[in-house]
Amino acid sequence: MAGVSFVKGGVHPEEHKELTQHLPIEEMPPPKEVVLPLSMHFGAPAKPIVGKKQEVREGDPIAVVEKALGATIHSSVTGTVKAIEPRPHPIMVRCDAIIIERDPAAPPRQYESEDWRSLTREQLLGRVRDSGIVGLGGAGFPTHVKLSPPPAAKVDTLILNGAECEPYLTTDHRIMLEQPAKVIEGAKIILKTLGIKKCIIGVELNKPDAINALNKVLEKARRDDMSVSVQGMRVKYPQGSEKQLIFALTGRSVPGGGLPFDVAVIVQNISTTLAIFEAATMQKPLYEKVMTVSGRGVRRQANLKVKVGTVLSDVVDYLGGTTDDLVKIVTGGPMMGFAMSSLEVPVVKTTSGILFLGSKETDLSPHGPCIHCGWCIEACPMGLSPKEVGIYVEAGRGHLTEKFGVMECFECGCCAFVCPAKRPLVQFARLAKMDIKRRGA
Amino acid sequence: MMSHRGLLINQKFTAEGGKIETQDPRTPEMGAAWAVSVSPHIRKGFTTSQIMWTVIATLMPLLLMSIYNFGFRALLLTLVSVVSCLVVEAISQKLLGRPLSFRDGSAVLTGVLMAFVIPPGVPYWLPAIGAVAAIFINKELMGGLGFNVWNPALVGRALMMASFPVAMTAGWLPSRPFSEAAVPLTQYVYGGLDAVSQATPLNWMKQFGLQSMIEKFGGLDKVYLDFFVGYMPGCIGETSALLILIGGLVLLGMRIITWHIPVSNVVTVAALTWVFGGDTWFSGDPLIGVLSGGVMLGAFYMATDYVTSPTLKRGQIIFGIGVGALTVLIRLKGGYPEGVCYAILLMNCLTPALDEWFKPARFAPPKQAPVAAAGK
Repeated sequence: MAGVSFVKGGVHPEEHKELTQHLPIEEMPPPKEVVLPLSMHFGAPAKPIVGKKQEVREGDPIAVVEKALGATIHSSVTGTVKAIEPRPHPIMVRCDAIIIERDPAAPPRQYESEDWRSLTREQLLGRVRDSGIVGLGGAGFPTHVKLSPPPAAKVDTLILNGAECEPYLTTDHRIMLEQPAKVIEGAKIILKTLGIKKCIIGVELNKPDAINALNKVLEKARRDDMSVSVQGMRVKYPQGSEKQLIFALTGRSVPGGGLPFDVAVIVQNISTTLAIFEAATMQKPLYEKVMTVSGRGVRRQANLKVKVGTVLSDVVDYLGGTTDDLVKIVTGGPMMGFAMSSLEVPVVKTTSGILFLGSKETDLSPHGPCIHCGWCIEACPMGLSPKEVGIYVEAGRGHLTEKFGVMECFECGCCAFVCPAKRPLVQFARLAKMDIKRRGA
Repeated sequence: MMSHRGLLINQKFTAEGGKIETQDPRTPEMGAAWAVSVSPHIRKGFTTSQIMWTVIATLMPLLLMSIYNFGFRALLLTLVSVVSCLVVEAISQKLLGRPLSFRDGSAVLTGVLMAFVIPPGVPYWLPAIGAVAAIFINKELMGGLGFNVWNPALVGRALMMASFPVAMTAGWLPSRPFSEAAVPLTQYVYGGLDAVSQATPLNWMKQFGLQSMIEKFGGLDKVYLDFFVGYMPGCIGETSALLILIGGLVLLGMRIITWHIPVSNVVTVAALTWVFGGDTWFSGDPLIGVLSGGVMLGAFYMATDYVTSPTLKRGQIIFGIGVGALTVLIRLKGGYPEGVCYAILLMNCLTPALDEWFKPARFAPPKQAPVAAAGK
């Protein structure tokens, strides 16, 4: 099967997916206590609607956002609110969180399934909103907002992002392989809310079993429904980045500062699609998360389904502890994820993986001066000049780097990945963007 | 609870110029037990020093060839050059309060390349003078590795040429097959040099013309073969086009260099030599033009220097053509028999401009986005 791909830039990091890609999704028993930060995603922080010592059921809303961009947060266990206080956060360092102590006697909540086809577009959107679904690929943009594009956008294509181009991560792979029918049903639900008839599922060719599983389901339904198709993509990082994915699958380029709407496309992540399916058919809110736990720094690797709010130390304990070789802990993928300094951070809705990297898997060597090899420019999928941005920032002139397009940088890390001087080019780009925003405001 | 203690590594990035504290703000509050830094957390293997040492390794066959060709003088001069570059770099870095960087191999590479572009008969102390210009003035005073405008090795050569023109233009030795093994190797080290001084092909051509040079060096076929293999008087590391090609192909294969500069440079020299290099138009010998002097070493090892050549491919092709054109111009119309050194140094001046003119093509720069704006 010939695959498509984006053209400009990109890199080929070692995949390390062999550690977990063969492991079925495994449900981790719920922890004694969950930590649910009020800011889990893009938009305003949620406001608690429960108080201390109040009893909550699994799946009950506990914090909501009114009149602003945001998403509802649900309790992931049945139990008692123990405290509402600042706790470590994987991205925001510290953030107010609702801490819930689980009632060990409470049975897991059951959900009944119904046919979504009888529901109207508004009812479907309402269920997505009430379920607190956000984009699970990373940024966590509230999904009900994304599914209500302005009428002027004339969206004609839905893209499901099955690229999973970050090394190590295998959650979307396992979901497509184990639950292909639900993913495709989810796609059809999204098509209905958008009122369009075309969906492309883009999957990188390193997941042939997932492509087969999806195609098998599609072939059965093909006679009466041609709306969904699978397209293989040649492996290249960052294929799963929205702009690169849209270009690979449709040939359309989203302009800088623009959104997929601008080229009549909407992109959804595979895990998000599964969450939409569960919300639409079972009214099950998003409070569980499938994530890959990998790296040579943890005793056992796994694709784990955990309760949102489970702290990393519980995950580590469940998997048998860390190894002596552990040097770095990352939430997300190794190219764009965040390094953790504490195991007390909780899993949030957007956590797609936890990596425990051994000394041979990460590079801690100090950086040197730029030698102008130009490899960063070749690697940049946006056609920027990372080396120039770095030199400007080091000279205290980060605010002058807009001419190199630094505002279009989405921090994929290709530049720093190839840099022979090991320069922290993503960090430089972030500092430059902060400088530009600070002076512009 | 199980023990979760890991290794204590704190990466601290403090940018020199702008006093930017880039350390992750999470660390102090939470008491980091693990390394914390901004993504990406994985890196490709190649480092700056690996690149430098790889380039040095590909130059070693040329050093062996030069020892065979010109005797142990060639090795000693190269050693003097390398050691002086290292010493000058260490002293300058101490003076300027910079960390010592001799391990990165860049001073060693400059030392080797500088020795390769001087004649084998110069006095032993001469490379030390060149090292001061190459490393102290050209590199460290400009801000250190990455900030120099000109190729360090060639700046060293240019200063030696300007300050000691007699030594630099008369220090030629016959290559081994021409010395008929009459001169023992030891004599090259200790003996008087005037006795064995000999004109290079380019010198001869400059004075007596192409035909006379071909006769002097044994006829056209022998000239092609000898020049290609490296049996001719010339600078220490410039004579063997064959070994330079092999080294260059290794670097191309490892993707340390790309074809753009070497190919555009060599093709330009060949074409212009063919058009203008003979007694009438279109009667020059492009092959001799490319094989003689420093064209090959310049094209593969000097003009490709990352720091002093353009970054973008289109800029690199213009750069290569410029080096080639200036080389032929100096050879045919200038006062020197060879022009590679000055051609590259002159084009180095243009590098910042070429980088300014040729910017990478952006994926999709911003434009007024009507749909998104309408939605807000």
